[in-house]
Amino acid sequence: MLSVLKNRFEQGYRTNRYPEEKVKVFPRYRGRPVIQDNISEETLKTCAESCPQDAIDVQNQKIDIGRCVFCGTCENISNGQIKFTNDYEIATAERADLITSGDLPALAEHAKQHFKKLFGRSLQLRQVSAAGCNACEADLNVLATPFFDLARFGINFVASPRHADGIVVTGPISRNMKTALLQTYEATPTPKVVIAVGSCTISGGPFIGSPEITEGLDKILPVDLFIPGCPPHPMTNLHALLSFFK
Amino acid sequence: MSNAFLQISNAEKISREAIPHLSFDQFQSQALDMVTNGGKIVHYFAYPDKESLKLLAVLRTDKLFVAGCDVPDVYPSLTKTCEPFHLFEREIAEQFGIRPQGHPWLKMVRYHPNYTEGAADVFGNDYSQDIPGNYPYYQVAGEEIHEVAVGPVHAGVIEPGHFRFNCIGERVLHLEIQLGYQHRGIEKQLLAVPAKRLPIIGENIAGDTTIGHSLCMAQNLEALTGVQTDQGARVIRTIALELERLANHIGDLGALSGDVAFLPPANYFGRIRGDFLNLSLLICGNRFGKGLVRPGGVRFSLSDDIRKVLNERLAELRPEVTHVLELLFNAVTVRARFEGCGAVSHEDADHLGLVGPAGRASGMAYDVRRCFPTEHYPYMGIPENKKATGDVYARARVRYDEILQSLQIVESLAAIPVETRCVSEGMTYDLPASSFSVALNEAWRGEVSHAVLTDENGKILRYKIKDPSFHNWNGLAMSLRDTGISDFPLNNKSFNLSYCGFDL
Repeated sequence: MLSVLKNRFEQGYRTNRYPEEKVKVFPRYRGRPVIQDNISEETLKTCAESCPQDAIDVQNQKIDIGRCVFCGTCENISNGQIKFTNDYEIATAERADLITSGDLPALAEHAKQHFKKLFGRSLQLRQVSAAGCNACEADLNVLATPFFDLARFGINFVASPRHADGIVVTGPISRNMKTALLQTYEATPTPKVVIAVGSCTISGGPFIGSPEITEGLDKILPVDLFIPGCPPHPMTNLHALLSFFK
Repeated sequence: MSNAFLQISNAEKISREAIPHLSFDQFQSQALDMVTNGGKIVHYFAYPDKESLKLLAVLRTDKLFVAGCDVPDVYPSLTKTCEPFHLFEREIAEQFGIRPQGHPWLKMVRYHPNYTEGAADVFGNDYSQDIPGNYPYYQVAGEEIHEVAVGPVHAGVIEPGHFRFNCIGERVLHLEIQLGYQHRGIEKQLLAVPAKRLPIIGENIAGDTTIGHSLCMAQNLEALTGVQTDQGARVIRTIALELERLANHIGDLGALSGDVAFLPPANYFGRIRGDFLNLSLLICGNRFGKGLVRPGGVRFSLSDDIRKVLNERLAELRPEVTHVLELLFNAVTVRARFEGCGAVSHEDADHLGLVGPAGRASGMAYDVRRCFPTEHYPYMGIPENKKATGDVYARARVRYDEILQSLQIVESLAAIPVETRCVSEGMTYDLPASSFSVALNEAWRGEVSHAVLTDENGKILRYKIKDPSFHNWNGLAMSLRDTGISDFPLNNKSFNLSYCGFDL
């Protein structure tokens, strides 16, 4: 018993004060990318050619952060003319908004007001893992740990779709998971929300081109919230859930 | 051992001509001979070579060996006499439509059409239909027998798989594990993608083993192209691999603690795990180490300011980790639940070829870091860390020991300044023609290995990936035999195997 108390004392209080206080991440973290206005077409072209995800649109000077895996290759070869900022608040309500030069609409304003009314006080989510690498799942799981403590906002992950207000999908939805995903969606009572987490779910991610996967959840289900990243930082997930539903 | 197999080294380029090409009978008898005498299978797979199909095996004793042969459409199964071939033969049947005659339990591995155009499906499946679950599961008959089916969508935030328990009352007679739901077709995809995509796919095979898998890929490509890494890069890669081990072992001990309803360590370890993930982010900008390892070295140096923060954080974390470990392992209630639960005997572990902490918990000393060291490991002493009992306690205890060892490794490596020249972007890989390389590393779950074969134009002909989970899933099934079904979560977490690493 004494050691339990001693440890409790040592551990202290660890929960962050987000959203009142911003959480700082280490400087090398690669969040929202920004393309400088004066970037030369030549540099941008080299970036686009080297981009493993083919996420850069040279003509419109935009980068698709639903396709990007935030590897930072373009930042390195453009000498910072494409820069990954430390900003982790990068989720959007529309797929098209993820194709950006750096600006993203304020999510809170794009959130559907009836969702806030319906789910703002209590939101129960069923997560469906559909063929990713398990990193998105891991960083959703940490939302339950003391630092993030998602439950204090009235948001929980539940075991049954029947108890849920929506589903959170991760992974590029393999052929072998499609039926299970659709059945889980069907089993969730309406009105319901669909949240796509991670570049795999949004676009196929690193597996784009494989015949075994779906290139984008929005091709098979109506998606309400897109959370990009590979995987999205837990703070990205937290920001998205709070801005969209609170 | 007098054998026609060729002895090779870890991550060494060899010409395909140098690989002994045996007759099928000779190949089978020699492989069988080695494995029945205690050798283990690292890889056993098929690949197309012009018009014909070939088999290749990489086996290990205290050394690595390789040999190949032509494969007939149908061959007598080795599994009949030697269990370790079981899953490999099923995989070969599924991927290339080759039937192992007399295989005792021939079923699908990942539910996908085979790679050989025009070859009939060994399982008689029509892949335009939904296949998963459409399969006669192993059944036990009897009056009081009942089945419990779980998944593919599990109750928690975890990967999909289907478990079928055959029970008599609360007691589990048999657990059948059906995976394949996460199949993304990675091995096939790697043959066709441009070079710039290889590392990205490599680090997304299994996100919790990002460093383990990307190291294997990088080492093979380095061996094949002859690109040298510098000492600094090797040190940083070693630190990254150990941080990955720390984060996962700590997370798993927290989960085990939660499963026996001892919540303080569950919460503390849950948080501390995040602190270790953040140390990976400190080094490379990603909590899972994505973007760090590339053929030729690393993309981020360990600059003085980064190293300073790393050392400070480690100094803060060490006492916390030690105290929570003590809290967990000194609780008699925890020991009472861990001890004797889900024991896998040394004999079973040896037959199944268990690797990593799961193997060491059952008395298998094998650790790639000690037996076939790469990166900075040749200059370090990795202690032999095996346990005798093979139960949940042993699997947790191996993690306990490895957490402290890894902490010490990271602390000692982070203390010394190292310089590295970061690899440049846009590197192209001109692979040599008709070559072969196999790389092994001890990731946190155990031996992870990639093998690469190139064709006469230097194009990748076959890319074979093996996650340690490929060996260990059957260990979980064994641990469940004759236990209460309510012990399943505890056993499952003590193994914590990868679904996506298996499904590929």
